Amino acid sequence: MTVRAEDTGGRRRLEFVLNGRPVEVWVAPHETLLAVLHDALGATEVKYGCGEGVCGTCTTLLDGAPINACLLLGLQAHGRAVTTVRGLRGAEGRHPLQQAFVDHEAAQCGFCTPGMLLVAYVFLRDHPAPTRRQIRAALAGNLCRCTGYTRIVDAVEACAAAPRASREAT
Amino acid sequence: MYLYPFTYCAPTTVDEALALLQAHPDGKILAGGQSLIPLMGLGLARPSALIDVNNLPGLEGVVEDGGSLRIGALVRHRTLETDPAVRRRCPILAEAASVIGNIRVRHRGTIGGSLAHADPAAELPLVATAMGATLEIRGPRVSREIGAEKFFLGYLQTDLAPVEMVTGIRVPVVNAGTGCGLAQLVRRAGDFAIVSACALVSLDDAGRCTHAALALGGVGSHPVRIHGAEALLVGRALTDRCIEDAARVVSGELDPESDVHASAAYRRAMARVMARRALAAAAARAAASTAHEEERG
Repeated sequence: MTVRAEDTGGRRRLEFVLNGRPVEVWVAPHETLLAVLHDALGATEVKYGCGEGVCGTCTTLLDGAPINACLLLGLQAHGRAVTTVRGLRGAEGRHPLQQAFVDHEAAQCGFCTPGMLLVAYVFLRDHPAPTRRQIRAALAGNLCRCTGYTRIVDAVEACAAAPRASREAT
Repeated sequence: MYLYPFTYCAPTTVDEALALLQAHPDGKILAGGQSLIPLMGLGLARPSALIDVNNLPGLEGVVEDGGSLRIGALVRHRTLETDPAVRRRCPILAEAASVIGNIRVRHRGTIGGSLAHADPAAELPLVATAMGATLEIRGPRVSREIGAEKFFLGYLQTDLAPVEMVTGIRVPVVNAGTGCGLAQLVRRAGDFAIVSACALVSLDDAGRCTHAALALGGVGSHPVRIHGAEALLVGRALTDRCIEDAARVVSGELDPESDVHASAAYRRAMARVMARRALAAAAARAAASTAHEEERG
C-alpha cells in the first residue's frame, strides 16, 4: 500500500470502486468497511448484524469474493472493487436471483436478504447446477432471524434451474 | 461493535514489518483479521498498532517441495479448500479448511493467522499438530523453524516471541499407503468444535500400521498428540477392535475442563468417539490408497 494523504484527524483518503462507480472518502484506520459503506457512503443496503463475522448480514463482495464487511478495515478496500446487493441489479432491472426471491416470497423482515443474495449469487456463479443440499450448505453461514430458510432455498434452487429449463426447451 | 483507534501500518517488506513489531511492543499483526477484529470489537484485545501484512511479498502461494508442501502464511482458508496441489497432496488440510467458519471467513482468514492465534478448538492448529507440520518463523535477527507440537503452548499462547512472525508452514505430503481422518463434534455447521480429532496412519503392504499420529482439539488449552494411543496402533492391523483399543486410551490421557458448551466428562467421552472416527477414516483411506496403487502397478 502506498503512503496516502492524511488529514489532521488522522483520517486517510480511501478510493475504491463501489458497484462499478469510483468513490473517494476520508476514513479513520479503525473504521470498518461496513461503517464506511453504511455511514459514510449511504449504502444502507449493507446491514450491521452481529459485528463478529458470524451472521452474514453485512456480506459484501471484495473483488468478487464474499467477505464480512464488519471484519475488514475500510482502508483495506483501497484500490479494490466492492459490490453490495445494489450491484447485482443490471440495466434490465432485477437480477434473476432477486426476481426469484420476489417470486418465492423469500424475504420476510428482509434484514438478511442482501447477504443471502450475495452469497447465493457467488455460489451459483461457481455451481451452476447445485443440489438442494449444496445450496443449504452454501447458505449455512447466513442467519435469518425469521427462520424463513425454506423459501430462500426454494428461490435459489428455482434460479439455478431456470436457465437450464430454458436451455432444454430450445 | 466499534473499534478503538489504533495506529495502522501497511509495510511492504517482511523486514519493515519486523521493525514495526519492535517499534510497537503491544502491536498486533493483521492478516485475515477474522479472529483479531472481533476480539478488538469486544474489547478483549486493544493493540495500539495494527501491522497489516497483506501486502508483503513471499507470504503467498503453495509450492510442492520434496516431500512437503510449503504454504505461505498469507494463504487463505478458501485457497487451502480449493487448491489442486493441497487437495491432491494433503487432502486433510483441504477438508479441515472447508469446515472453518463460513464462506466469508474462509475468503479472508489465513493459515499463518490461524496458527499464530492458536485457538485450542481451531481446525488448522489441530491438523498441523497431527501432520507433524513445521512452522517457519522470522524474527529481527534470525529465522527459525519449529514443529507444530512444540509451537502451541496454551490457550491463545504460542512459542512466538512478540517481535517474531509466522511466514509459512511446511506440511508433509500424504503418500500412497497413508490416510488421514478428521472428526468433529460441532453444535452447528461452521462453529468451533467442542471436541475434534485428526489422525494420520500409514500401512505397509501387509496392511500393518507402520506409523500413526493422533491429535485431539478442544480438550485442553492447545491441540495434543496422544502418543499412548499411537503406540498401540503401530505394528498391528487396524481392525475395528484395534482402533477402539487406541481410542479408549484417549479419554485417560486428557484432563479437559467444563464450560458452557460441554462438561469435562462429556468432552472426555466424546474425545474417545471422535478419536475412533478419525482413526477409522484414516485407516480406510490408507487401505484404499494402497489398493489403488496396486491396481495401477
